[in-house]
Parts: sequence; C-alpha cells; structure tokens
Amino acid sequence: MSTLSIRNLHASIGNQAILRGLSLEIPQGEVHAIMGKNGSGKSTLAKVMAGHPDYTVTAGEVLLDGQSILDMEPDVRARLGLFLAFQYPIEIPGVTIANFIRSALQARLPEGEELEATQYYAELYSKMDELSIPRAFTARSVNEGFSGGEKKRCEILQMSMLKPKYAVLDETDSGLDIDALKIVSSGVNALRGPSVGMLVITHYQRLLDYIVPDKIHVMAAGKIVLSGEKDLALKLEAEGYDWLDEHAGIEKLK
Amino acid sequence: MDPLTSSTIASKIDIDRSVGDFRYDVDYAFDAGVGLSEATIDYISEVKKDPDWVRAFRKDAYHKFLKMPMPTHWATKDLENIVFDNIRYYLSQGQAPKRTWDEVPEDVKRTFERLGIPEQERKYLAGVEAQFDSEAAYSNIKAAVGEQGVIFVGSAEGLKEHPEIFKKWFGKVIPTGDNKFSALNSAVFSGGSFIYVPPGVKVSHPLQAYFRINAQNFGQFERTLIIADEGAEVTYMEGCTAPKFETATLHSAVVELVALKGAKIQYITVQNWSSNVFNLVTKRGLAHEDAEIKWIDCNIGSRLTMKYPGVIMKGRRARGEVVSIALAGDGQHQDTGAKMVHAADETTSNIISKSISLGSGRSTYRGIVHIPKHLKKCKNNTECDALLINATSRTDTYPAITVRGQGHSVQHEASVSQINAEQIFYMQQRGLSEAAAMSLAVNGFVNDLVQQFPMEYSVELKRLIDLEMEGSVG
Ligand SMILES: Nc1ncnc2c1ncn2[C@@H]1O[C@H](COP(=O)(O)OP(=O)(O)O)[C@@H](O)[C@H]1O
Ligand SMILES: [Mg+2]
Repeated sequence: MSTLSIRNLHASIGNQAILRGLSLEIPQGEVHAIMGKNGSGKSTLAKVMAGHPDYTVTAGEVLLDGQSILDMEPDVRARLGLFLAFQYPIEIPGVTIANFIRSALQARLPEGEELEATQYYAELYSKMDELSIPRAFTARSVNEGFSGGEKKRCEILQMSMLKPKYAVLDETDSGLDIDALKIVSSGVNALRGPSVGMLVITHYQRLLDYIVPDKIHVMAAGKIVLSGEKDLALKLEAEGYDWLDEHAGIEKLK
Repeated sequence: MDPLTSSTIASKIDIDRSVGDFRYDVDYAFDAGVGLSEATIDYISEVKKDPDWVRAFRKDAYHKFLKMPMPTHWATKDLENIVFDNIRYYLSQGQAPKRTWDEVPEDVKRTFERLGIPEQERKYLAGVEAQFDSEAAYSNIKAAVGEQGVIFVGSAEGLKEHPEIFKKWFGKVIPTGDNKFSALNSAVFSGGSFIYVPPGVKVSHPLQAYFRINAQNFGQFERTLIIADEGAEVTYMEGCTAPKFETATLHSAVVELVALKGAKIQYITVQNWSSNVFNLVTKRGLAHEDAEIKWIDCNIGSRLTMKYPGVIMKGRRARGEVVSIALAGDGQHQDTGAKMVHAADETTSNIISKSISLGSGRSTYRGIVHIPKHLKKCKNNTECDALLINATSRTDTYPAITVRGQGHSVQHEASVSQINAEQIFYMQQRGLSEAAAMSLAVNGFVNDLVQQFPMEYSVELKRLIDLEMEGSVG
C-alpha cells in the first residue's frame, strides 16, 4: 500500500497527447530514476502528478498510498506528502524564502495551531548550512534573481523542510557544476530513508553516481520503455538514447 | 475543487469580517436629522457652542458647497449616487470626550474595546482619540507627552482652548472651496484632532485617532489640524471602520498639516471601510524650510475612495512623500494618488503607490507633480505599480507631471502586473491553498511598503489583505 503508483497514465495538453499509457510503481523507501530524451514527457509526468492545471488526464490513475489523487487540488496532494522539485523553479517577488517555507509548514498544521518560530528557524538554518546556502538567503524573495544552482539548492531546502512522503525531482542536476551537484545529492541522500519514495528525473547518468537509484526507467514518447538496474544508466551514457527508439517501436508492435 | 478553498472559506470570511462589521445600539442625545440646510448648520453650531467666527465659516462653506459642481467631469459618475438629502450630518451623545476609558459610556466603550483600542493605547501609543460618529468619546495623552507642551485634543476643544494657534492655520492649507467635499466638510465638520507640538519636541510614540461610524445613513466629517513647530517631530496614525449597511454612508474628512522649519510629520492611515462607504477625503500638508511631511496611506474597503494626499513644499529643501497601498475589492473603486506642489528651490518629493485590484475592483492612480519654471534643483520620483488579480479587475493611471525650467530631476516609473498561474501552481505544490497562495503573492507585492508601517500596523495590514484575498478566490 505504501507506494506511489502510476497506472496507464494518459495526459495531453490542448489536443496533443504527451503521456501515452505510462505505468510506474515507487514503493516507499526506494529511489527510482527516470531517464529519457528531451521532449519524451518527463516534466509532463511530474506536473501531471502534482496537478498542474494545463494538463488533462485522459486515462489512467495515480494512487498515493492507495488513494487516488488525480481529482485533488495541487495543494491537497502536496499536503498528503507529494513534493515536486521543479525543473524551472518559479520566482515569487516579495515573498521571502523564510516566510514561504514557514507558510507552507503552517498550512500543514491543524487550524488554530501555530508553528513554533524558534524551532522553525533552528531547523531552517541547519538545513541551509547543510546545503551551503548563505543565511542571507532567508530574506531573499523566492527564486528571484537566483542563479540556476541556487534555485536548485532552494528546491532541495524546501523538500528537506517539508519532509514529503514522495518526492519527484525534475532534472535537479541540470545546470549544476560538480560541487553543487555533490551538495544537492547529499541533501537528497540525507532525506532518503524507509519512509520516503523518490523519483529522480535526469538526463545524465552522472547524477546517479551520487544518488544511487534502486531502479532505472527509461522513458520515450510518453511511456516507460525499459526498466532496469544501475548498469542501464551506463549503457545509456555510452550508447545514447537512439537505440531506444527501436525499443519503443518493438513495444508498439507487441 | 478542494472543499477548503471554496465554500468553507467563504463562510469563514463572513465571521472574520466581523472585525469592524458589528454594531451596538446607542442612544443619541443630539441628532441633526436627515438632510442639509442652513438650519442643520445652525443646529450643529448650537450644540457645539461654536464661536461666531466658526458659525460664519460654516455658513460661507455651505454656500460654496451648494454652488460647486461634482467633479464628475474627471472623476467617477458614482459620485452622483450620493444623495445628500438622505444623510444625517450630526449625531452625538452630547458629552465631552472622556480622559479615562472608565468614564466612557458603556454602549460606546464596548465598540472600541472590541476594536482593541484601549489595549493598543497601553502597548505603544503616546495618546489616543476615539471618535464615535460625530464626536470624540475618548481623548487622552500620556502625561509625559503632555508635560512637554504637546497639545492633543479634539478639534472643537482646539478651536476654543487654543484659538491663537488654531485660527492661524485652520483652513489655510486646504481652502474651503478647494473642492466640493472640502466645502461640505467645512460646513458641517465635527470631531477630528488638533495637535500642536512645540519647537524641538520629538514625540517618540505615535498619537492615534480612531474613527468609527456606527449609525446608518450617516456622514462623518472630521477635521484634523496638526502643527509641528520648528524642529518638532510627530507621528499620527488613524484607523477607520464602519459596519456594513445596506445604504450609503459618507466619510468626508479634511486634514491639514503644517510642518514649520525643520519639523517632521508622519501621517499614517489604515482604513478598512465597509463596502457601502463613500470615502472622499482631502489631505494636504504645508512643509516649510527643511521640513518633511510624509503620508503613509493604506486604503482597504469602501465603495469609492477618492483621496490624493498632498504636500506643498513652501520652504527651501522641504521634502514631501506619499507612500500608498490601495486594495480595490470586488465592486470597489480606489481612486487615490498624490499631489506634490514644489514652491521653493531644492525641494524633493517622492511618490510610491501600489494598488491591487480584485474581482471587479478598480484602482486608479492620479498624481499631480508641479515644478514651476522659476525654481532650481527640485526633484521628484514617482513610482506606481498595479497588480491585477482577476480578468475583470481594472487599473488606470493618470500621472500629471508638469516640470518647467532647467536643472530639475524627475523620474517616473509605472508597471502593471498579474499574478500568473505558474506562481500559484508553484505555491500550491508546496501545500498552500489557492487563496493562501494569492494572499502570499499579494503581500509580497506590497511587502516593501508594508515595512514602512509601524510593526503593529503592518501585522494588521497583512491580516486585512489576507481577508480580502480569501474572499476573492474560490
Ligand atoms: N505547454 C505546452 N504546449 C504544447 N506542448 C507542450 C507543452 N509543454 C510541453 N509540451 C510538449 O510535450 C512534450 C514533452 O515535454 P516535457 O514533458 O517537457 O519533456 P521532457 O521534460 O522530457 O524534456 C514535448 O514535445 C513538448 O514540446
Ligand atoms: Mg523536462
């Protein structure tokens, strides 16, 4: 029951079908990676799971610990424990990081209960230190004027403060230099544990040197075409994605 | 839809709205009745025991009011919906303002207690005046402040007890005939504050006035005059509320500030009128050499607000500033702005205005900046930013900047923005409801200005914005 299950998911934007029968099972405690060419639908999958209003689900379901979430507002899904680290984090002018995360935590408390401020800041600061985010960032507006790497670290900061049950990380590695990649990976690894399921979307296998997945899935044309272990990532790195088209073709013929 | 963001929130707001939306019955000893005539003015003058010059001043103003047209050629036609004959111009219990809350009649006191005024006074104010309909029910200044020679009384007491200062400035910054509503106020004014701060005295804590409308079909016409003598400093804050009635209520104040050489006056308003109130207020300050006048103005609620706080920079190096936040809710119109009149060399003015329009709300910025040809080295900076929440929301900007002559520095920036769906989705993904996400984004938009308000007020402001936003979503 403690799984995030995606079953035969079909989703489109406008008239264009992007996800075409995608199925995936991420048990709590496991880290799965999705790799795939640009345009294969990885971000679409992430946004559909999170409830982005632009996409229409035409078939299939997504179950969070057995509960169907596709009819829920994005914030309800989030409060159930689903977190998405965005490929392109959004700027929120005038809203400081400290205030933003605090509001998000407050939203998870029962009505009438107030977040304890001292404890909150203590935790925030220690998480920031772990991610090498300078203290001054608490007073900066969310993502506004951040470099690519700062945005990604800020996503991981939010994730570690919100402690989701299931986290989807959409190309959190892209645009990071090797040092930043190490910091971000150790932030992710720190959260790893028996009560968290993770789906790490990436284009490059190098991330998987730092966040070692339990399973790797390859996505093409809106569905999973191949699943395997760590060595699959190495094969992709060596041979590129093109041979998969053939795979996808074979799949289609079946 | 998430049940938390739609109907339940709407019902929660109705309860939360009770901040100002409540009313207790009160017995009035004096009631000028409905409608305005010369007899109404005589009645007010009798009850208030006006000196003859005040009665004459009122009569003169009344005739000006009758002759002056509504400013509908440039302002909204909604003004035509004010029925002057349906308004009650004076209502009071006929008692002098009390110096302690214990003496304030119970029926009035509980209103102010519910609004938290006595508590705020204890916590952080140097003095409070609390006006209930036409007259102040309570007026008190902390002993230490009074001992420095600071005068803080109601306008009626000011004109009787301190005529030498009062008469010198009363009606000088805003002439009776400045506009139709300043004329109306001059005819029937009652209540408001009179403040005098002696030379060099710096009042460390704010003085506060609270204006409460309790009666239906009522017009509140307070009149405030603040004089900061040479080198003096004072901060004055006003709060305003009224319960929501079916029929229109009119609030039409006149506020005059005089900052003598090197003095500083900061005037802060946080209004939260209910949506039946026409709020038509004239506010202007006169800044002498090296003096500074700053208006910090936050307009929430009302059916229509028309308010353009101004500063006449009369002395060299005088400075004028208007910082304003306007939030036009569904069906509301905030027509606000600033007037900066440069009348001496090296004078500086700064206008920062941010407005938010929700639902069918409309916010209008109107600014006048005037720098005549003969002056040297004047500066103006004007920034106005508008945020539109819904597709039906509206904003307009009418900046009139006339700068003649050389060597002045003038900057003007304006922007209109919208909260986009991606921002809301991002915030919702973190667990915030759509309404909470909107509130956070709106608070973010005005955040830099809110920080200019004293702490207690900025908390209040944030709460008011949250309430307005909750009402607009779902
Ligand atoms: N807003 C949109 N309108 C139309 N097509 C879109 C939109 N967003 C994404 N797509 C298309 O959907 C496909 C998948 O995109 P995306 O999920 O971003 O892929 P990935 O993350 O794997 O690079 C692409 O062909 C892209 O062009
Ligand atoms: Mg992508």
